[in-house]
Amino acid sequence: MSRLWRASPLTYLALLVAAGLSVFPIWWMFVVASRSSDAMGQLPPPMTPGGNLGANIARLFDNTDAYFLTGLINSTIVATTVTVSVVLFSSLAGFAFAKLRFRGRNALLLVIIATMMVPTQLGVIPLYLLMTRLQWNDRLPAVIVPALVTGFGVFMMRQYAGQAVSDELIEAARMDGCGTARIWWHVVLPALRPAAAVLGLLTFMTTWNDFLWPYAVLNDPANPTVQLSLRALSDGYYQDMSQVFTGTAIATLPLLLVFVLFGRQIIGGIMEGAVKA
Amino acid sequence: MTVQLDARPPVAPKADNPHRSSGRLSRLDTRFSPYLYIAPFFLLFAVFGVYPLAYTFWVSLHDWDLLGAEHPFVGAENYTRLLADADFWHALVNTLGIFVISTVPQLLAALWLANLLNRGLRARTGWRMAVLVPNVTSTAAVAIVFGVIFGREFGMINWLLDLVGLDAIGWKSNRFASWVAISAMVDWRWTGYNALILLAAMQAIPRDLYESASIDGANRTRQFWSITVPLLKPTIIFCAIIATIGGLQLFTEPRLFHSGTNPIRGGPMRESQTLTMYMFENAFAPHYNFGYGSAVAWLLFALIAIVAAVNVLLLRRLGGGNRPEKKAAR
Repeated sequence: MSRLWRASPLTYLALLVAAGLSVFPIWWMFVVASRSSDAMGQLPPPMTPGGNLGANIARLFDNTDAYFLTGLINSTIVATTVTVSVVLFSSLAGFAFAKLRFRGRNALLLVIIATMMVPTQLGVIPLYLLMTRLQWNDRLPAVIVPALVTGFGVFMMRQYAGQAVSDELIEAARMDGCGTARIWWHVVLPALRPAAAVLGLLTFMTTWNDFLWPYAVLNDPANPTVQLSLRALSDGYYQDMSQVFTGTAIATLPLLLVFVLFGRQIIGGIMEGAVKA
Repeated sequence: MTVQLDARPPVAPKADNPHRSSGRLSRLDTRFSPYLYIAPFFLLFAVFGVYPLAYTFWVSLHDWDLLGAEHPFVGAENYTRLLADADFWHALVNTLGIFVISTVPQLLAALWLANLLNRGLRARTGWRMAVLVPNVTSTAAVAIVFGVIFGREFGMINWLLDLVGLDAIGWKSNRFASWVAISAMVDWRWTGYNALILLAAMQAIPRDLYESASIDGANRTRQFWSITVPLLKPTIIFCAIIATIGGLQLFTEPRLFHSGTNPIRGGPMRESQTLTMYMFENAFAPHYNFGYGSAVAWLLFALIAIVAAVNVLLLRRLGGGNRPEKKAAR
């Protein structure tokens, strides 16, 4: 283990540079968000927060082109609904694939894995036509319903359930007269809690962050998600950049908050997924 | 990805359970309830996943205008027209260009970063969080911020260039420069994520391999290229494929990098219009030509499959397979 693995001052210096580059754009976003519009024209660029955040927020929410408040509310609704649904359905299906025997199990699992390889773009056009037929265009169900299940979620829960729930435990529950539904609720779900938390966090972040599909299907500017509000802000003809940056900062804040609170679990989830890959 | 498809023998609750009032009901339960549990996924996926997929192909064989009352069948015409379309090839070159100049540095930097993180560090979690934080930000927000950082007049990068006596670069109006700017966004977002995945695999390498190598006189660099890299091959391939799928689908970053009158074109001369943007331009505003857009989508899919396959072939050769000693130390 010796000196080969010791971190030298040079290691720390290199990491410091990497960390600085990682954090800098986010830091600068908050700096501009808290200053007046002429901060953008200043060279050298300002690096410390100013006192204009409140005024910028007020102007942002008053901006009648961006519908920023609606965007925030919509994104909260969409991300929460999708997260609950993905975690619930993934733990159901993951349990079935990991612990129950049924005809066609392996083939169906392969189908799920295959779905993870297909790019979303391929489905955008017919999905749009489908939404037109359902008259869901410009409405939130168009964004929510196609995202309610993911192959990734099922696969992840299956992998986790395979090791976290012992067959003996299930067998014992069955001996005691539990039906499969009760086994899922009382035995499996509690054991899956750590994986469910990671899946929930990742799903929430992905959904909050999604741009492509909402951009295609929510054309009514008065009913955007928060990412679409940002687009409206940045495509606008005025260039009030401190207001735009206040918007980007607010749109990023929930993600950063989740990350600060659950960073350890998220990192664990990513690294664990890699080892199994 | 190795998928473990074998399983333990079934848990068989024979009907000899005295506590069970109706053994038949429980047999029905074990037999059919699994289908009940996976049904939500397959039902939703059939409607919103499989059906659109097949339907895209069907639409691509038609002259399908959103406003048109009829959608006549035209066979492969959309595809042949597409292959003769200069804007399509232009977008294809943009996509591949951005993909190459983002993926290669990204994976190399991730490898280096993972190697740094694989030491005995103080505040381990803190460093990991710091390099991962770009990955958890809003893509749309970051694209807008980078759009300003790479601005022509007051952008920070041009200001830095000026400090060292270089001319300002038109990051949005020069084709190659706009590729670099967009690649910078992609790398900023994904390098830390890949580093963590590589780090996890690095930690699984037995350390006595390094011990004996250093007794044999191999220095750290030599060890890195002769032990670490070859043993990480499967994980590197995994990262490369994920980067390929993501890189060729790039949309949010280049779309929001541009603003103004026609941002879906990726600049006035289509400097950084990717294939997905080209699909959007044709399928939705301003053209609403769904048949043509669907053809673009299918060719994009084919491209992803081809590039992923090439990736695997190239990376298989990385590190010389089982004979790492043949690889020259760098």
